[in-house]
Amino acid sequence: MAGKRKPRLAVWKFASCDGCQLSLLDCEDELLAVAGAVDIAYFPEATRAAVSGPYDLSLVEGSITTAEDAERVIEVRRRSRKLVTMGACATAGGIQALRNFADVKEYASFVYARPDYIHTLATSTPIADHVPVDFELRGCPIDKRQLLEVISAFLAGRRPNIPAHSVCVECKLKGNVCVMVALGTPCLGPVTHAGCGALCPSYDRGCYGCFGPMETPNNRSLSQRLGELGVNERTLLRVYRTFNANAGPFREESDRHGG
Amino acid sequence: MVGKTIKVDLLARIEGESAFKVVVRDGVVRSAELRIFEPPRFFEAFLRGRAFTEVADITARICGLCPAAYQMSAVHAMENALGLTVTGPLRDLRRLLYCGEWIESHILHIYMLHAPDFLGYAGGIEMARDHSEIVRRGLALKKVGNEIMTLLGGREIHPINVRVGGFYRVPRRRELEPLRERLKWARDAARETVRWAAGFDFPERERDYTFVALRHGSEYPFNEGRIVSNRGLDIAVPEYDEHFEEMQVERSTALHSRLSGGGSYLVGPLARYSLNFERLSPIAQEAAREAGLGRTCTNPYRSIVVRAVEVLYACDEALRIIDVYEEPGRPSIPIEPCAGVGFGATEAPRGLLYHRYRIESDGTIAEARIVPPTSQNQASIEEDLASFVGGFLDLPDDDLRHRCEQTVRNYDPCISCATHFLRLETDRG
Repeated sequence: MAGKRKPRLAVWKFASCDGCQLSLLDCEDELLAVAGAVDIAYFPEATRAAVSGPYDLSLVEGSITTAEDAERVIEVRRRSRKLVTMGACATAGGIQALRNFADVKEYASFVYARPDYIHTLATSTPIADHVPVDFELRGCPIDKRQLLEVISAFLAGRRPNIPAHSVCVECKLKGNVCVMVALGTPCLGPVTHAGCGALCPSYDRGCYGCFGPMETPNNRSLSQRLGELGVNERTLLRVYRTFNANAGPFREESDRHGG
Repeated sequence: MVGKTIKVDLLARIEGESAFKVVVRDGVVRSAELRIFEPPRFFEAFLRGRAFTEVADITARICGLCPAAYQMSAVHAMENALGLTVTGPLRDLRRLLYCGEWIESHILHIYMLHAPDFLGYAGGIEMARDHSEIVRRGLALKKVGNEIMTLLGGREIHPINVRVGGFYRVPRRRELEPLRERLKWARDAARETVRWAAGFDFPERERDYTFVALRHGSEYPFNEGRIVSNRGLDIAVPEYDEHFEEMQVERSTALHSRLSGGGSYLVGPLARYSLNFERLSPIAQEAAREAGLGRTCTNPYRSIVVRAVEVLYACDEALRIIDVYEEPGRPSIPIEPCAGVGFGATEAPRGLLYHRYRIESDGTIAEARIVPPTSQNQASIEEDLASFVGGFLDLPDDDLRHRCEQTVRNYDPCISCATHFLRLETDRG
């Protein structure tokens, strides 16, 4: 259609490892097609070219850990028609949310000789704590097929088709033998949000919860079972407090185990 | 005095957030500073109190571009603390995983981040409009690297299959088989990449660098070797702290590294290549010669060619490993935790990555220290800018700014790692 401009896509980074935005560049077979369907208007990891906005779809990676970033995300929201968070940092605060359970000043003095040069907030919080978010894509990192589904859905003006059931369901769909039932391997699959394709159990290890809590997790029941398998309280605290430590159900369950 | 200021808010095509400022007075570069404002993430602080078994999963999250490098340095340091050595097919599989990461990380930088500087595009996607076949070749090569990562690691970013002592599951021979044809194609495509990159127009700029890299008795280094330099340094990994120091500067949330009692040094492809040329496979050496590279390379703009040679090597080495692979009897060596201190250094795509851990008798991590390649290269990046920008001052502002960015990108800096990017500001007085 002559004269109709392509939708503008922007990719933003806050506190993160860059892995989720890299997922877009890792779509080797689809990247040029995506670039044909949208105008990549802001994506500093990939291009110097930048259009100031507004943007039709903003993909946001990373968590809010500084006062400047708390201001910046409000500006990003203001310039974005739709805003989707990518990954555990943007959706739950990420691994750096471990500071929420500790003293960040002590952290800074441990890592840096001059902690007074370091300006950081006491907490790491998800984007949705600061601005309205249209969709949250889970995972540490996100799954690139799910990212393509989210981009396609927003281009088509529909809700993304991203199941909110557990990793357990993915194992059943894949025909995996249950590592917890068959091998007694502790696994967070029963309470963890699907999306990875049950990766860890497919590699003979228990799920470690990198997609965060599923829709309605029964953590209490899982913790009891894990206890029966010999997982002690200290380890239970740790397993809930890793990549999605600040996600509500995982945070609450970790608090029950000595937090 | 005629003066002006050039400023870029965020230097693109680098992983992470930083700024850069060059001060020019009367046509002379007075100072060049790299300022990193990536928010600190405190990995070394929150690793304390975690279990030694978690180290591969947690440290991977320092960097989405080279997670396997973090995993490799971490597991080797832990195994060192526990008095354990992983040998045979498990060791080979770790090399194979590293081949995958070098291929995907180097190819991303060569095709999508660095080549656009030489060919005059804003980025790889823009470059694809005129050079579609070339960019498609790059993406296909990158995919082969990621296929290795996915097969061995479960996924390309933050692999789930690496553990202290080995892997959770090891591949069957027949699972590696399909990679063979893919890698043969990739080896040819990597050779084409070396030729392509060698044809770029390189500024003739050289510096007398102190190169630091691992050197192994017989192999091009990934996971093992002594830490050596071109100035006579030759130490075992546990001696690292005696020879290198980290300093904190106000402008950066990444610590700067220096040689104790000495100056800056360079880690990464130029150092690795210049200290290990004879360990490259014959096909990689031949391609390097064809590309006009000597046994050492001190022109940082040619690092793109050196990266391409390393990709060729990684494809060749991956094929070798697949040819000789015998399935190990078990995926990992069983471990009983004990108190100890362990050191690990491996060659991340961007250079030497050092980890040190102290663990308690039950395997709890008591102390962690991680020195990523980009923090080691910060001083060298600043010195390159200070030395080279003076020769480019007759360029128009836009071109000068671009040249400065390119000079930083020579390092494929990963700011997320170093703290974890770049605002460019040139002050001409």
